[in-house]
Parts: sequence; C-alpha cells; structure tokens
Amino acid sequence: MFDLLGTTLPSRLLLGTAQYPSPAILADAVKASGTSVVTVSLRREMAGGRAGEQFWSLIRSLGVRILPNTAGCHSVKEAVMTAKMAREVFGTNWIKLEVIGNHDTLQPDVFGLVEAAHVLCEDGFAVFPYTTDDLVVAERLLAAGCKVLMPWCAPIGSALGPINIMALRSMRGHFPEVPLIVDAGLGRPSHAATVMELGFDAVLLNTAVAKAADPVGMARAFGKAVEAGREAFISGILEPRDAAVPSTPTIGRAVFS
Amino acid sequence: MKLTVNGEAHEVAAATLADLLAALDYEGDWLATAVNSDLVHKAKRAEFQLSDGDRIEILSPMQGG
Repeated sequence: MFDLLGTTLPSRLLLGTAQYPSPAILADAVKASGTSVVTVSLRREMAGGRAGEQFWSLIRSLGVRILPNTAGCHSVKEAVMTAKMAREVFGTNWIKLEVIGNHDTLQPDVFGLVEAAHVLCEDGFAVFPYTTDDLVVAERLLAAGCKVLMPWCAPIGSALGPINIMALRSMRGHFPEVPLIVDAGLGRPSHAATVMELGFDAVLLNTAVAKAADPVGMARAFGKAVEAGREAFISGILEPRDAAVPSTPTIGRAVFS
Repeated sequence: MKLTVNGEAHEVAAATLADLLAALDYEGDWLATAVNSDLVHKAKRAEFQLSDGDRIEILSPMQGG
C-alpha cells in the first residue's frame, strides 16, 4: 500500500494512457499492471466529435484514479489554463504539471515550472511537478507548495533508464519525507526496479509499456518490477564489497589429504 | 458573428457560449471551455455572452502520458 497525499493506493506504479495499439489493449494493460492511477490529457475536440467521450468513458470504467497532465504546454499561462480546464472536466485537483522548455529534449522549463506550481498550489491544486533531478529546483517546488516531486531519470520516451544514479540517490537523501515519483525515461522493468531499490516511492511510465510488442505483458512485468524493487528497498540491500566472501560456512569442512 | 473556435474561423449566430456549443453540435459533460484564455465553467455557459472576435477553446479528455 502506498499513501499518496492522503490517498491509499494499492500500487506504486502510475501508468500513462497514450500510444497504445487500441483502447482494448490500453484497458487490459491498465488491469495487468495493477496500477490505480493513470495519466490523461486534454485536447481540442472536433465539432460534433465524440473522441473525448469514448476515451473518458473507457477510463471511468477502469475504476482508477485520474492524474491529468499539462503535456505540451510551453508557458506558465498555457499550463495554468490547462490545469484549470482539467480540474473542470476530470473533477480532481491533482495535476501533473509539465512546462516544457525545449522542443527537442522535452526537458522541463524549471523556472516556468516553479512559477506555475506556485500559482496552482495557491489555487488549491495538488501539483505533481515533472522536473529534473536538480535539488535546488526541488527545494523551490516544495517552497511553492508542492507536496510531491516527479523527477525524470532520462528524457521523455527515451527508454534510457536512470542515467544519473548519483543525482537520484542524492535527491532521495535530501528529501526523505517527500513522496518522490520517477517520471519519464524508463525503458524496461529493471530500470523501474533500480529506482525503487534506491527508495523512490513510485514510478510513472507510459511509452515503455504502450510501445512494447505486447503492452499487456509488459504492463504486468513493470508491475512486478516495481513491487520487487520496493520490497528490496525496505528489506535492506547488501552493499557491494571489494573482497570475495564465501557464502557457505567454512567451519566443519572435511579435510581430504 | 465571427468567432475563432479551436483555432478555426466560424461565422455563427450564437448569443451565448451554450448557444455556440449547440450550434456546432457539441454536447456532453466531458467538455471544458475557455473564452479568450479564461475558463468558463460549465454552469456559466448559458449566461456567458459572446462578442465578435472571441477566441473559444473547447477541450475534451484525451490519452496522455
């Protein structure tokens, strides 16, 4: 069980809903992953269109919690407006705040992020900021009112996995009481297990599942990896040693000579 | 009245935002609306008077990561 902002969640995996081969596979992947939180977005609806209705109906049928995002927003104004519209539609004050700073790398504009976080926290939102692993930015986000942080571990959709373990370890050490969710850059279940072993509270991913040859199988694999990584972390992981140490007792060994 | 709806020019006879949604065949409780970059709550659409040149955004739920 995972207590996130006063809500008890059965899973530490948060799953995105984009890029699946079909709505049915998305639904099956969500179930197989064991997730209880999915991310969604808002886009322009065509006149007379029903695309939004069909998607929204599917998501509601899954019985999971909704974390709307502000994906694609490049300014504070865009992100704040999108968040307000998301609250209207989805009926939740949770918002995954993205303020993108670069078209190519999709890295967050951390200055705009802090500003938007401040505005939204003041307005009663529970802001989940998509940020880097920079400690100073993290402190500013907390000062702005964020109660949870979502650092990347690699660029969005890159599947590189944790490319700066030291930074992630440092972040965990600096903010022992803040829920930390690794968001973006995970490519395979072992990446998820690795960051969970570091003590991160949860992971959020999308592309690695949606673009797998079998998204449902991969969703299940990620669910297991997240659980395994968490259990390993709380069980106390053996630190690496330079010397070999025999695991079989040496006392009582027979002597043949 | 000339309006811009989701980035496209429209010539519509609609006094209020609710009229516009009906005229363009939008319906349902899953839509969010904004006029000139300000959110207009669902409950306020029927009384929200539109003006020539207004920019309207009509959004709905979509897949997201």
